[in-house]
Amino acid sequence: MVLGTMAETGRIALFARDALLQGMMPRYYIRQIALQFFRIGYTSLPVVALTAFFTGGALALQIYLGSSRFNAESLVASIVALGITRELGPVLAGLMVSGRVGASIAAELGTMRVTEQIDALVTLSTNPQKYLVGPRLLAAVISLPLLVGIGDTIGIFGGYIVGTRSLGFNEYAYLKNTADFLHASDVTSGLIKAAVFGFIIALMGCYHGFNSKGGAQGVGRATTNAVVSSAILILAANFLLTSLLFGD
Amino acid sequence: MEGHIVLKNVQKSFGPKQVLRGLSVSVKKGRSLVVIGGSGTGKSVMLKCILGIIRPDAGEIRVGGESCIGLKGKDRDAFLARFGMLFQGAALFDSLTVWENVAFGLIQGRGMARHAARDIAVEKLSQVGLSSDVAALYPAELSGGMQKRVGLARAIAADPEIIFFDEPTTGLDPIMADVINNLIVDCVKRLGATTISITHDMASARKIADDIAMIHKGQIIWQGEANKVNVSGNAYVDQFIHGRADGPIQMDVLKA
Repeated sequence: MVLGTMAETGRIALFARDALLQGMMPRYYIRQIALQFFRIGYTSLPVVALTAFFTGGALALQIYLGSSRFNAESLVASIVALGITRELGPVLAGLMVSGRVGASIAAELGTMRVTEQIDALVTLSTNPQKYLVGPRLLAAVISLPLLVGIGDTIGIFGGYIVGTRSLGFNEYAYLKNTADFLHASDVTSGLIKAAVFGFIIALMGCYHGFNSKGGAQGVGRATTNAVVSSAILILAANFLLTSLLFGD
Repeated sequence: MEGHIVLKNVQKSFGPKQVLRGLSVSVKKGRSLVVIGGSGTGKSVMLKCILGIIRPDAGEIRVGGESCIGLKGKDRDAFLARFGMLFQGAALFDSLTVWENVAFGLIQGRGMARHAARDIAVEKLSQVGLSSDVAALYPAELSGGMQKRVGLARAIAADPEIIFFDEPTTGLDPIMADVINNLIVDCVKRLGATTISITHDMASARKIADDIAMIHKGQIIWQGEANKVNVSGNAYVDQFIHGRADGPIQMDVLKA
């Protein structure tokens, strides 16, 4: 079990090294990169936006209920902003995108593997790492921070809607509290996390897809493994990054 | 004269399972070799070892007199540019149209402009009996026989000097299988290519082969001219080409 986990970790590290080395060197597949930006970034926008909106709203309600016990209701706006930008924005967006995009990448590449399409790429003088993995990694690493940036804004807006419409906060005061307490580093730390999560999602999707075998069952297993492993790694990476970025 | 493609004592294992056990075979330039043999005897692994998709554990593989094991970077790209391959299930890219599939190696592998590659793709499609109307369709919109033809057009698109055919007639009805066999013979003659085909289909083997080799348990146990396969004097070959259950090749069949 321990040896198996260590061997798998080593294989993933080698896969990541090859993908990074191959992806950085020419030739660059611009059409593939653009297509992956559309698939990973643009088409994930609705799910990230909805998740952020409802999370911001629920966070405002919970913080209001908790803080009212200590007569600290004025902290709602600032804690919603901090909670969304530092933790919930990047983590929830990462988990949602891993379910949506990680599964899709693993299923697509897994099907290409079992139907010999990846072998066909090799016979057509095309490096599969460069053509399939590189564009997905690049698109995910850049798209996730953009998605989280938009998600942060929508999440704070969700808190604002609940705060001003349901909890009776003054609109100007809510926005002023948000702006006064939020620092640039709160936002950038979340965006750094998002870039790491994007790398994890694309890497796990590509790795499990590339190594799938055994027909439809193997593709299904690859998809499950991609989603589960990327979700666990996102949560573990979030803890490590929080320790690094905010630890003493 | 050394063959165009030469494999000497090639060995490959996957874990405890030894698939190629010192396989040696040679194909002369411009000849068509058909490798016959049962399922799981190492036919596909042999082709993948030549292409470098699988690295053999031991042995030597030479193409055009040069060793091709462990090639990397531009040497590998230049090596692979000499090959075309028709896969068993055609292995068409389902996110691309038919013409993009045929032109893929020209555009992505060789950097040819898309409009020039499209013209070549349409010409190659016509060589395999498909009209230009098919060019804009997606693989999922084609029948199995048409997919094989597109796969053949893709294999010959870059006019390769070596072509591999992996079970080209599997899953096709006898008439369509014969159509594909004729197309293979025509295309190979036109290009003057050296070919290796692997198949279970003896009708196909007799039609497209100059030479036939039989693989059994990871070794070539007989090789000779196609017209001598009926008088090989080899009990394994006789059993296989006549499709008999009784003989030296014992299948692992669970008996009730």
